[in-house]
Amino acid sequence: MELQLMIYLFVGASFALYIGIAIWAKAGATKDFYVAGGGVHPVMNGMATAADWMSAASFISMAGLIAFLGYDGSMYLMGWTGGYVLLAMLLAPYLRKFGKFTVPDFVGDRYYSDSARVVAAICTIFISFTYVAGQMRGVGIVFSRFLQVDVNTGVVIGMVIVFIYAVLGGMKGITYTQVAQYCVLITAYLVPAIFLSIMTTGHFLPQTGMGATVIDPATGQDTGVYILDRLDGMLTELGFTAYTDGQKTKIDLFFITAALMAGTAGLPHVIVRFFTVPRVHDARISAGWALFFIALLYTTAPAVGVFARTNIVEAVHQQNYEEMPQWFYTWENTGLIQVQNPTPDAEGNIIMTLEDGAPENFVSIDRDIMVLANPEIAQLPNWVIALVAAGGMAAALSTAAGLLLVISSSVAHDVLAKVVLKGKMSDKAELLAARLAAAVAICIAGLLGIYPPGFVAQVVAFAFGLAAASFFPVIIMGVFSKRMNKEGAIAGMSVGLTFTFIYIVYTRFINQDPEIWWFGISPEGIGTLGMILNMVVAFTVSRMTSPPPAHIQELIEDIRIPKGAGGATHH
Amino acid sequence: MAENEKDVDLSPQMYWKENVRLLSILLVIWFTVSYGFGIILVDVLDNIRIFGFRLGFWFAQQGSIYVFLILIIVYIRGMAKLDVKYGVQEDQAAKHKK
Repeated sequence: MELQLMIYLFVGASFALYIGIAIWAKAGATKDFYVAGGGVHPVMNGMATAADWMSAASFISMAGLIAFLGYDGSMYLMGWTGGYVLLAMLLAPYLRKFGKFTVPDFVGDRYYSDSARVVAAICTIFISFTYVAGQMRGVGIVFSRFLQVDVNTGVVIGMVIVFIYAVLGGMKGITYTQVAQYCVLITAYLVPAIFLSIMTTGHFLPQTGMGATVIDPATGQDTGVYILDRLDGMLTELGFTAYTDGQKTKIDLFFITAALMAGTAGLPHVIVRFFTVPRVHDARISAGWALFFIALLYTTAPAVGVFARTNIVEAVHQQNYEEMPQWFYTWENTGLIQVQNPTPDAEGNIIMTLEDGAPENFVSIDRDIMVLANPEIAQLPNWVIALVAAGGMAAALSTAAGLLLVISSSVAHDVLAKVVLKGKMSDKAELLAARLAAAVAICIAGLLGIYPPGFVAQVVAFAFGLAAASFFPVIIMGVFSKRMNKEGAIAGMSVGLTFTFIYIVYTRFINQDPEIWWFGISPEGIGTLGMILNMVVAFTVSRMTSPPPAHIQELIEDIRIPKGAGGATHH
Repeated sequence: MAENEKDVDLSPQMYWKENVRLLSILLVIWFTVSYGFGIILVDVLDNIRIFGFRLGFWFAQQGSIYVFLILIIVYIRGMAKLDVKYGVQEDQAAKHKK
């Protein structure tokens, strides 16, 4: 079957599935809308969390990023998985026992303060919008590449789909749609990776194929050379750093990894997923399943990176421009592959190069094409390419939907119902407000996708840095320190947030010279320092002010013990 | 140790103490494999080779993720045991009401 027809078929079928699930799981009450009725099985919840968490960036960009960063790519691999250890042990069970709908709910109640609640709600909204803008753009790009439509049309199609299942189904609709989306995206990721691994090394598992010896494609014989050694050799010869050596300083790697871990554990749309399981025990199990499902992709990604980088170097370096395979020209048309200053030699041939610092005939390759182009490069059947298209869309849509839900619950529940109307809102009115908020949020997200503020790619550091410097320490201290009071928490949050915010704005937009970085810490890693500052200030201030009231101390004792956790409630 | 004594301290405070102790052990391992092996000691470990991997590189890109998963499983098991020991586990009735 023709490729384009196959893509329409795969993508169309997967969309029909998502919308069908949304109608089946329609939300009837606020409890369904916010926490899916609180009765989701931990395995399902783990899958939904994985889909929620793995965005277009994980699916499309990460393997390419690692392919170009080599060892330095480890910060993403460890950072984005290590956070789940913190989530499972330090946050999820206690927040589940606390049993409310949102993260600002916890902050507001634990620190007996509506100002803390509002600060938390604003952080939630800011972090989520930052994130969702990139997702919507991702949706548009994937649509435009695979459905042959304009990027903006792509964004609008994405908006309509998310609108149907997020507004109608709420958390309940999203949870079950995300389970389906996880299945689609992981299949789409693993199938080409397994093919590549078998073709390159003869290993079925990409995870072991990455450390295996290369098979010569011409003869089918094992060459006895490890693929990592060969890649290291090829890259150093071209004047690049060896793949298994990094360029970043240790301190920067350390801080970025820590910021990504704490940021992951503090991202509101991830935390809220642990409110949807029936018991505290399930919240712990659910975090384990989430990491398992994420690890399937995250341990495959570095292998894909190695195979893709090797394939690209071999396919392009010292080859004649006129004799490239079809995929090269397809991607050149999209502008994602470019030959700089092509100059023909005496015979009129353009021999391309990948050498570091080459002024002419240098091929620049966008990192984002690695995963999407892999099936074409490896000449896999058309249905695999169609599957990858459906997977990329599933990844982008599931994260966008999860984020939009968090935004709508923050607006409707935390700000409107809890602070502005002070609990005088009926369940029905709140559900309507939440749906309206979700609808408005989708429109804003769509606009951000169509008119992306130039800095979207740069502000992702914001989302993680701010989550690491604000939510993460506030929740941990709320559970683990009975002495932590309102004054300490508010002071800590303000200092951590302000410091991180100013540092990122200054180093990103005002003075981009890495020379001025404190201790060589890049903006991506500064959230870690913000987090430490937050804790130090909070500790100091709390010791100088009076301890929290007795009923709060009882609340803390109560959330530390699993027994007696009911469903997530309003009151 | 507490199991062998006559008057076993089964207070919520003791439960919390044991919980924090388990957490601390697991988090020390978490820190060692990721930040320790994957970043701080990576150059030393890279001298050791296992198949085609240099060990430090392997820990940074694959090994730490497997260890994270094992840590969470140990945590889930450990806490479930602790819940039963202190009688603070949840009612089975609450399970998957659907």
